[in-house]
Amino acid sequence: MAHILLRHRDIPDIHRLEVYKKNGGFAAFKNAVTNMKPAEVTDVVKNSGLRGRGGAGFPTGLKWSFIDNKNWPHYVVANADESEPGTFKDREIMEGNPFQFLEGVAIASYAVSANVAYVYLRGEFWQLAEFLDEKIAEMEEAGYLGKNLFGTDYSLKLYTHLGAGAYICGEETALLESIEGKRGQPRVRPPFPPSYGLYGKPTIVNNVETLTNVPLILANGAEWYKNMGTPDSAGVKIFSLSGRVRKPGNYELPFGTTFRELIFTHGGGVQDSRKVKAIMPAGASSSLILVDDEKVLDTPMDYASVRTLGADLGSASVIVVDETVSMDWLVNKTVHFFRHESCGKCTPCREGTYWMSHLTERIHDGRATKADVDLLLIVAKQMQGKCLCALGEFSTMAVVTGIERFRNDFEKVVKA
Amino acid sequence: MSLATKYPKEVKQILSKYPPEHKRSAVMPLLYLAQREEGYLTKTAMQEVAKIVDITETDVAAIVGFYTLYHDKKEGKYRMQVCTDLPCALRGADQFMENLCANLGIKVGETTEDGLITLEAVMCLAACDKAPVFQTQGPDGIKYHENMTVDRTMELIAALKNAGGEAK
Repeated sequence: MAHILLRHRDIPDIHRLEVYKKNGGFAAFKNAVTNMKPAEVTDVVKNSGLRGRGGAGFPTGLKWSFIDNKNWPHYVVANADESEPGTFKDREIMEGNPFQFLEGVAIASYAVSANVAYVYLRGEFWQLAEFLDEKIAEMEEAGYLGKNLFGTDYSLKLYTHLGAGAYICGEETALLESIEGKRGQPRVRPPFPPSYGLYGKPTIVNNVETLTNVPLILANGAEWYKNMGTPDSAGVKIFSLSGRVRKPGNYELPFGTTFRELIFTHGGGVQDSRKVKAIMPAGASSSLILVDDEKVLDTPMDYASVRTLGADLGSASVIVVDETVSMDWLVNKTVHFFRHESCGKCTPCREGTYWMSHLTERIHDGRATKADVDLLLIVAKQMQGKCLCALGEFSTMAVVTGIERFRNDFEKVVKA
Repeated sequence: MSLATKYPKEVKQILSKYPPEHKRSAVMPLLYLAQREEGYLTKTAMQEVAKIVDITETDVAAIVGFYTLYHDKKEGKYRMQVCTDLPCALRGADQFMENLCANLGIKVGETTEDGLITLEAVMCLAACDKAPVFQTQGPDGIKYHENMTVDRTMELIAALKNAGGEAK
């Protein structure tokens, strides 16, 4: 099947404006601005079943419909902070198929009547930001951005904004704080960004992959999109496959594709033909799926099915863990990450990740006792449901499921 | 020389991206600009940025302290930032780091004797399929180096040394 998002893999040079245009580029945006009302655009996206690809899976059109029309101006922000360990899809989209992403930003902006949109990129994407700046300039030159677009009174400006190395800025309210020139710390919600966002104004924040779907949904219709994937999870998804597989990389597949197909057909199987021990379907924030039965691999990857395995699909950053990996090592790695990235605003996360990291280190170093394993589980569970944003919650997922599903790995490294 | 006199065009361009009543938003891009040449932010540079966007020096310092890509201390000319997070570690990043340290004769966090390279372990760089991976942060911005080996890294270091001369 031809790609919908990673179209640069089928169409060479689609990162060049004339090539993108020749392949139907900007027709959807032009048609929206000249022939459709903003609310009609939102309805098409709503009916397509598109859900947010950043991890939360919130229905995109529904989010757009929440924009507060009594408070102006409106903003659209593309979340290109991509920082989840195991996720590397947005970068490939922006490098390979930048105009489809930017057209998605433009359509979203029109749908919520925003005249300014920002693309928030993680600071490490320095070269990519320069590249997108060039692409934005080309769009302005060609009349796809700027004042009075296509002879209407709709105007739109697009800007990039670079973060500076903080995982938490992927959280949408922390991201907005960061654009405002502050430390990236999440806000207390509600209010949510569609009513109180950037500079306190109604704002829609969407992930890069989510927005990149939009031009083709508009061009081909909601039904076309809905017919792909599963009833609960419409469309295609880019699965970032990493860890102990032969061919790691991004694979664009319909929702509902099985883990087996992803790992074995596309990923070439496990390195050295070892057995899959666990799967983390949502990067470092994942619960650890126990693969003790081959049948687990036949589970379809959609939001509902993955939940039956006691995990969330999230951003679909599938990290494959083989039988040679011990979970005490793995959990020490993930906890170290979250301890470093905790923003420090709320106590359960700041203190919880700190104490968890002491425990995981001690366990991994062989200095711990069985009671420390129990204590680690208690600390993690005490944090759950008490943190200001999802980061704190995420930091506990691998810990809790690691101990509960792979307890032997911990007990064999502790002192008797 | 001050930022405004040295980079008037860049400062103006950065400020133009944000609503005039929210010029505080320009603080992050201005800090990158101020850090460009020395590789770290001097107190004077932070004071100037504070003045341009009309916030206190304390606010600027808080931002510099919060984000990992801003630095308030002079280190090597290039920061070599190797990802050692879980997905990279599953593909040999820890071993790569160990071998690199041995080759450079320094530990993680240290700088080579010639002042060219500071070696750092960092969090995920969104290139998990191309491990071992690191970025170099230096006078020419941030660059990715993917699917690296120690040999190729040593070649890169030699090239950086030849290109820029000895770094103080």
